[in-house]
Amino acid sequence: MAALVRSLLSGAVLSGAPLLYATLSELISQRAGIVNLGLEGVMLVGAVSGFVAASHTGSAVVAVVVAALAGGVFNLLFAYLVLARRANQLATGLALMFGGVGLSALIGVRYVGSQIAGLPELRVPILAGIPVLGPALFAHDALVYAVVPLAVLIWWVLRSTRWGLTVRAVGENPVAAFAAGRDPHVLQYQALFVAGLLGGLAGAHLSLGVARTWSEWMTAGRGFIAVALVIFARWHPLRAVGGALLFGGAISLQLSMQARGVPISPFLLDMLPYLLSLAVLAVGRGRHRHAAPGSLGRVFQGTP
Amino acid sequence: MPDTVALRHPRAEALARLLGLVAFALAVFAAVLLVFGKDPLRAYLDVLAATLGSAYGLSETIVKMIPLVLTALAVAIPGRIWLINVGGEGQLFIGALAATGAALHLAFLPGWLLPVVMAAAGVLGGGLWAAASGVLHARGWVSETISTLLLNYVAVLLVNFAVFGPWRDPEGVNYPQTAELVPAAILPALGTTRVHLGLVFALAALVLWALVMRRTRWGLEVRAIGGNAEAARRAGIPIGRYVVALMFLGGGMAGLAGMAEVSAIQGRLRPSLSPGYGYSGFLIAWMARGHPVGIVAAAFGLAVITAGGDILQMTQALPGSVVNILMAVMLFVVLGREGARR
Repeated sequence: MAALVRSLLSGAVLSGAPLLYATLSELISQRAGIVNLGLEGVMLVGAVSGFVAASHTGSAVVAVVVAALAGGVFNLLFAYLVLARRANQLATGLALMFGGVGLSALIGVRYVGSQIAGLPELRVPILAGIPVLGPALFAHDALVYAVVPLAVLIWWVLRSTRWGLTVRAVGENPVAAFAAGRDPHVLQYQALFVAGLLGGLAGAHLSLGVARTWSEWMTAGRGFIAVALVIFARWHPLRAVGGALLFGGAISLQLSMQARGVPISPFLLDMLPYLLSLAVLAVGRGRHRHAAPGSLGRVFQGTP
Repeated sequence: MPDTVALRHPRAEALARLLGLVAFALAVFAAVLLVFGKDPLRAYLDVLAATLGSAYGLSETIVKMIPLVLTALAVAIPGRIWLINVGGEGQLFIGALAATGAALHLAFLPGWLLPVVMAAAGVLGGGLWAAASGVLHARGWVSETISTLLLNYVAVLLVNFAVFGPWRDPEGVNYPQTAELVPAAILPALGTTRVHLGLVFALAALVLWALVMRRTRWGLEVRAIGGNAEAARRAGIPIGRYVVALMFLGGGMAGLAGMAEVSAIQGRLRPSLSPGYGYSGFLIAWMARGHPVGIVAAAFGLAVITAGGDILQMTQALPGSVVNILMAVMLFVVLGREGARR
């Protein structure tokens, strides 16, 4: 029993971490008023560039930095289209997803199936010795440890810093922010770049920390689950932590049931995260609507 | 200035714009191929020769066009009232699943009736799958964009479940697929080609949709909602009902595409049913802006690109999904232009 709890919890944390990076990415975009359905593509670009960098340099640090930057730059393409060209956000996001799928397949074509050491496991001294909880929580890679403090940091930045407050103001009401002397587009570009960095990290953790290999379309819809998680978390970074852990738990449960040979088709178990996403959105209906940024999905077009 | 307006022929202008767009996208994709050390000119010539260079190639391109017209309709029909249906892929899979179910369990039906029943099952399956998202949206629970996207994954998994589990062909040994469908379940083909009756379904659906939009009260109300939803609501048009109905119709078209693929192309249900027809349909509908003639033209273009993916895989050792880059660039150009003009 203890072994089961440990493997479930450990798996939930490991699978939840990339989801949390992705959710934080989407959360920052949406707080700035932009829905980014292209996160899936950003994650794929981050995953493949991190993997390629790791196989060439052997350095996990370089790989993670490359992945984040690749995600950030790729997301700037989205920013240019929705901000400067005023393209439809939802459709452009999907186009970005297509682009990410194709580009990552092209970059990664010679790396399919190859294995790498990936991110090294760092056991926290003393804490990792706690029975059951210790190995489940304190025997992971650095990106897992970094993600919850990062969520707290983002919560603090959005709540208490000048930049965070201005980004939120732009997401709520860009005209008012403009009247107060801010350029909404500049702030949205910045927010989308940061979101891209986080999306790249989400992908890097998938390819370097979880799978340790590269395969085409390895994100398998996690970018879209993250969009659902943002709504579930009502646009709050700390609630996103709980949400990501819940979904990580669903993925981990499905994996451990398969490993134990539970006589349910693996394909039915694989549906769990997607159905859970729909269920939490449907159950939380209405409650989240007033929590949404006021100008979500619209783009500032200059003052009338 | 009425004179200048009269001088600009709208059709010619639209055509020139479309060609410019395609040229730009092809140039960007060529640059990407160059960066990765491939010869883009060779790649384009290979694709052109294999798709348009022979009667066989052309017929195979039309075969790919059939599901694309239907999945484009799956996006364009709900898109008429600004619903974003990104679930064409999932609806196609569910349509295929339902049609296969009908073929496996009603194999005793006569040859003229079985395909009709299968088509109805396909439309119903894909339609209900999409209508579920419509209900979630109409109730204000979940955005149709998110729910259709998430349901794509569920639909593909359901088909996998069926072909790996209860419907698995015991004689298929290592292949996950159902048993071959009875001959009565196969849609007739044109001459010696693989072009099948689905082409008639697709074109008829397109014409019917255009007529309903222009000639009926129902179409008028849909156009009213598309023009100004708030005004339509105040005029007493039940918007929620239209949301569900249009999602059903759209999903039904994708389901029909799934049925046609199973019945005419595969002859059985396989998980490798679609190379992303549902997603390509989304691009086609946006490029054509829902216009019927535009849908046919864009579907033909995308059929060339889809076939191109297979060809590049064989001749250039490129992953088939690189054509997604070309699709993305095309979408970027269309969307960027449309937004800038607003």
